[in-house]
Amino acid sequence: MNRIASFFKKSFLRNYANYAVVVLVALVFGILSMTGSLKMGNQFLLEQIAIAALLAVSLSMVVGFLGELSLGHAGFMCAGAYLGGKLAAAMTAASGNQNSIVTLLVACVAGGCAAAVLGFVIGLPALRLKGDYLAIVTLAFGEIVRNVVMNLPMSWFGGTLGLETPRFDRKYLFVLALVMVLLCLAVTQNLIRSKHGRAIISIKDNEIAARAMGIDITKYKLFVFTVSAFFAGVAGVLYSYTVSRVQSATFDYNYSIEILVMVVLGGMGSVNGSLIAAALITFINTKLQTVLTGNLAVLQNVFYALILITIVIYKNAPGLKGFREKYNLNTLLSKLKKKPAEEEVPHE
Amino acid sequence: MEFLSALLNGFSSGGTYAIIAIGYTMVYGIAKMLNFAHGDIIMVGGYAMFVSLMLLNQPLLALAFAILACVLLGITVERLAYKPLRGASSLAVLITAIGVSSLLQSLAQIIFGAAPKMPTRFMINGTVVLGSFRINYSTLVTLAVTVVIMAVLTVFVKYTKTGRAMVAVSEDRGAAQLMGINTNRIIAVTFAIGSALAAVAAYLMLMKAPTLSSTLGAMPGIKAFTAAVIGGIGSIPGAMLGGVLLGVIESLALSVPKLAPFTDAIEFAVLVVILLVKPAGLLGKARREKV
Repeated sequence: MNRIASFFKKSFLRNYANYAVVVLVALVFGILSMTGSLKMGNQFLLEQIAIAALLAVSLSMVVGFLGELSLGHAGFMCAGAYLGGKLAAAMTAASGNQNSIVTLLVACVAGGCAAAVLGFVIGLPALRLKGDYLAIVTLAFGEIVRNVVMNLPMSWFGGTLGLETPRFDRKYLFVLALVMVLLCLAVTQNLIRSKHGRAIISIKDNEIAARAMGIDITKYKLFVFTVSAFFAGVAGVLYSYTVSRVQSATFDYNYSIEILVMVVLGGMGSVNGSLIAAALITFINTKLQTVLTGNLAVLQNVFYALILITIVIYKNAPGLKGFREKYNLNTLLSKLKKKPAEEEVPHE
Repeated sequence: MEFLSALLNGFSSGGTYAIIAIGYTMVYGIAKMLNFAHGDIIMVGGYAMFVSLMLLNQPLLALAFAILACVLLGITVERLAYKPLRGASSLAVLITAIGVSSLLQSLAQIIFGAAPKMPTRFMINGTVVLGSFRINYSTLVTLAVTVVIMAVLTVFVKYTKTGRAMVAVSEDRGAAQLMGINTNRIIAVTFAIGSALAAVAAYLMLMKAPTLSSTLGAMPGIKAFTAAVIGGIGSIPGAMLGGVLLGVIESLALSVPKLAPFTDAIEFAVLVVILLVKPAGLLGKARREKV
């Protein structure tokens, strides 16, 4: 009985704690918002965190698990924001109902699907290219999407003025956004923990070996790119609800890199890491925006860049391998836990 | 006639792309990494020129100063950010390079402000008239500089000891090291050459359009990067070909009013199509993977 309880506790913590945290956040702030004691600024902050979390978790599928670098994630978001936003605005105009959840959901699905189609198209070159070449192609794709959307006739997507966006009750928008995050988490985690997820991770570790084991690399690469793009598209639709006008300039490659920074800082191959990094970076960004103004606002980019460089070098430099193994957080923790007598056990 | 002048402009802007692309391609061939920060070294070169122009009031001296500054910066960045990661996964190196790029851009914005500077002293005005054909001086200067640089670089790589050591390192670093080549020095020299070319590119860009901001190198950097990949990254003739090709495509697309807004999309689409047909680029060698 005790063993079952402890097993349950352990696996529960490992597998479902993040759902619980997201649900808790959604519930607590949802109730606060319902009673009217949540400030507008905090509603906005929660929306932004949910969008960033969607983007980071979906990108971590490609970068962290499939092991391909994508620099065009903002392009998918752009497609979602424009198509979903346009659809939602049209549906709102037709029905006259400002706060229709159905409209929001339909827009999310439509925007997600539009992005997913694009993701599939990007996945096609990914079958022939890899590594650095694929990175530059995804970057090119992102720029193509942005450039085309901006220069289509004004009546389509508003041209350089930007797209007029739908509205939704700001009191509850973030709750719905967090529900989307939950959905994304569920899909990602269940995928990664399945047989298919192990196949995807094996492609990252060694593509040739994976192919030799009979894993259909074509299928999995296309699949991961498509699913990842879908959630980026959903994030785009939600984004279109939070701003007054969708501007294509927002989705330049710096935005893709910002998402990548979240994934890298959170630890590649860790869904929870991406989630935490997305929330933390968005929170700090929003708070710093009020403190740092003018040219000082760029100061935060300096810090991010320095942190990014330091972390990547620390984590990957071959010269620091001995240092890393000696002062690893996990080994330090396990040393604290272990009794002196048990220390003879060889690690790994 | 219009077609011809668009073609000539294309060769000129393609020359600038080629000069930048050579920086990307040499570093890729020798250090096996995409130096994402290369475009921002152009920007630093632009600001170095701007500052030294204020102090010395001599455009050519300013260029020399900018070349010096860029070479120092290139070597420093390589030493501090890329050298520790030699032998690490290419993803890690690429992300570090992205970090360096963002760092340089933000620092420039903090130091010089977000408003663009207008160093008009670098501009070369005036046109040569050949019958009904008008050519800007700046176009001619760019073409001349490009041809000279390409010739010098080809001679350097083919006939000098350092140049041939570079070829050796790019073909097989381990074997080159066994032959007594100091690979660390060669990589540093490569970064120095690439950065010097970036400073020259900054001069050529400011000569045509004197708008200097912290994102000066971002878009041309990405375009030149595209050019290097189109030509086959790692190959110097490939970078030249890719650069000129991209410049011509850009200029032709800009000359057709209906296509002009979609120029960026067309250029990147060309990249995607070429990579789909030839995954290693036009002149790149396909690397066979060994198990």
